[in-house]
Amino acid sequence: MASKAASEASGALSSGKYVNSSVAGAAKIMVVGPLGVGKTTFIGTVSEIKPLSTEAVMTQAGASVDVTVDQAKATTTVALDFGRMTLDGELVLYLFGTPGQQRFLPAWRDLARGALGALALVDTRDLTASFDALGHLEDLGLPFAVAVNVFPGSPVHSDGELRAALDLLPETPLVSCDARDERPSVLALIALVRHLLLAAESS
Amino acid sequence: MTERPDDRTTSAVRPYVITGGRADAGVEPLSWESLVMAAETAPPATLQPEHRTILTHCQGLLSVAEVSAHLGQPPSVVQVLLADLIGWGLIVTRPPIPPAERADVTMLRKVLHGLESRL
Ligand SMILES: Nc1nc2c(ncn2[C@@H]2O[C@H](COP(=O)(O)OP(=O)(O)O)[C@@H](O)[C@H]2O)c(=O)[nH]1
Ligand SMILES: [Mg+2]
Repeated sequence: MASKAASEASGALSSGKYVNSSVAGAAKIMVVGPLGVGKTTFIGTVSEIKPLSTEAVMTQAGASVDVTVDQAKATTTVALDFGRMTLDGELVLYLFGTPGQQRFLPAWRDLARGALGALALVDTRDLTASFDALGHLEDLGLPFAVAVNVFPGSPVHSDGELRAALDLLPETPLVSCDARDERPSVLALIALVRHLLLAAESS
Repeated sequence: MTERPDDRTTSAVRPYVITGGRADAGVEPLSWESLVMAAETAPPATLQPEHRTILTHCQGLLSVAEVSAHLGQPPSVVQVLLADLIGWGLIVTRPPIPPAERADVTMLRKVLHGLESRL
């Protein structure tokens, strides 16, 4: 499932390009984490459309950068992929895959506006790679759940060890997931939304 | 202004040109998940190609992000072009969900129910 340029307009007209006209509103959830953690895979697994990608242009105010940079304009582009789930025919949920590295923070602000929350994907082979993404979520005040994608050779940690290593609040959901599989991926989203609902009900 | 709409843009300069310098329209931009669609109104013959291309992609409901991906233009550009078209009555939006209601319990229950029915 490593299709790259999934963003071409051609061919999209034939089937399911448009959101069903019965849909009355949209919501979004961010799927965050470091490169290679499984964001695109996760989105592709649950999305009804082939994941699309769009290039966010962001101005750089002093971030350290090794991505495409136009020195004169000081702008950077970052590819964000996203997918779509139509829920009960009345609501459409967009999932935006957002790289976690520090340098991408400016792109987060516009995108995170209005998000319900975020699912942070974690690879236990390199927990430190997830710190930036989790830090951004905390800075933005965006509620989140953590899903651990298990890779071959992933070390086995207890929940308690993982919570301590990632410095999670006791109420933050922590689930394990295989982003290539629909059921655990949907269950991870459900864990997040239950958490959001609890927070909304108690406020 | 005769560039083909299919051309993917990687230049950091061009977006500024297309939007006539209005890199910042001064109002809160449409969010990436806002749903838009072409209005019934026939577009005027004088419409710029960039605007016209958006209309041809919006024959049904699409989010700002999808319009952007289909066009190969960054959302920041598409947000501005869409704002023009909305101003001219050529694009309609699904009434956006007010920020206060996004984390609304009813809304979250709907999302939860929809997800649970996927299992
Ligand atoms: N074992 C395992 N592999 C995964 C999982 N999620 C993604 N992968 C693989 O990890 C690689 C990187 O995934 P990708 O979705 O491109 O990561 P991204 O950079 O976060 O978008 C791909 O080869 C996927 O097939 C998972 O949950 N388990
Ligand atoms: Mg990816």
